[in-house]
Amino acid sequence: MQITLNNKIEVFPNETLTIKEILELKKFTYPKLIVKLNDVIIEKEDFESTFLKEGDNLIILHLLAGG
Amino acid sequence: MTFMEIQKILKNKTVGIAGCGGLGSNCAVALARVGVGTLIIADFDKIEESNLNRQYYFYDQIGLPKSETLKENIKRINPKVNVINHQVFVDEKNIPVIFKDCDIIVEAFDKVEAKEMIIKTVNKVFPDKYLVCGIGMAGWGQNALIREQRFGKLIICGDGINEISDSNPPLAPRVGIVSNMQANIVLELLLKNN
Repeated sequence: MQITLNNKIEVFPNETLTIKEILELKKFTYPKLIVKLNDVIIEKEDFESTFLKEGDNLIILHLLAGG
Repeated sequence: MTFMEIQKILKNKTVGIAGCGGLGSNCAVALARVGVGTLIIADFDKIEESNLNRQYYFYDQIGLPKSETLKENIKRINPKVNVINHQVFVDEKNIPVIFKDCDIIVEAFDKVEAKEMIIKTVNKVFPDKYLVCGIGMAGWGQNALIREQRFGKLIICGDGINEISDSNPPLAPRVGIVSNMQANIVLELLLKNN
């Protein structure tokens, strides 16, 4: 499956992928994340039930304290 | 463009700054110096001595409310800027009111929960407004790691790596770089299409 992750094209061998699986594969381990799928924010409780489709635009941001 | 032409465009623009700490105070001052017409600034906090390692306040202002004091400091730099200050805790309920007239919003909080809150709130209530965030600016050195990332209307400045902690505090140089990077993106967006 090919998706755009944080503005980069990424190809995964998997036929199905959830957001939770992508987070594990790409090692996004920080406690606070912003996840946007095709411009829609996905809440943490929906990571496991949200499946990606070919060509999806996914943004995953680590939030860090400081300012 | 000459500086006069730039000022002519900027004087009709409004920028919102959520948080008047290290990012917000320095970003606001940069935008005031170049002549953004209206700045809407908001913070609930008071100035502490520990803030002075990076925030645009003075020793004799310790204990004063940040948003009002930043307004005074901006007025001393450029009295032509219309500064509207809100001495309030910024949350999902007041963001739609405080920042409704802004062309662009700058995220300048320190806590991750607040950063998450404003990204989600702006995405929901102002999907057409740009939000320029600062993420990852603790410590010192490592200039080359600081960069911008653009995701549609959401723009992130910072290194995306260095979180503040007791052994990796936020300090004037890197916080200044990120806050001025935010101001620089705001300027670019405001001057585009003019």
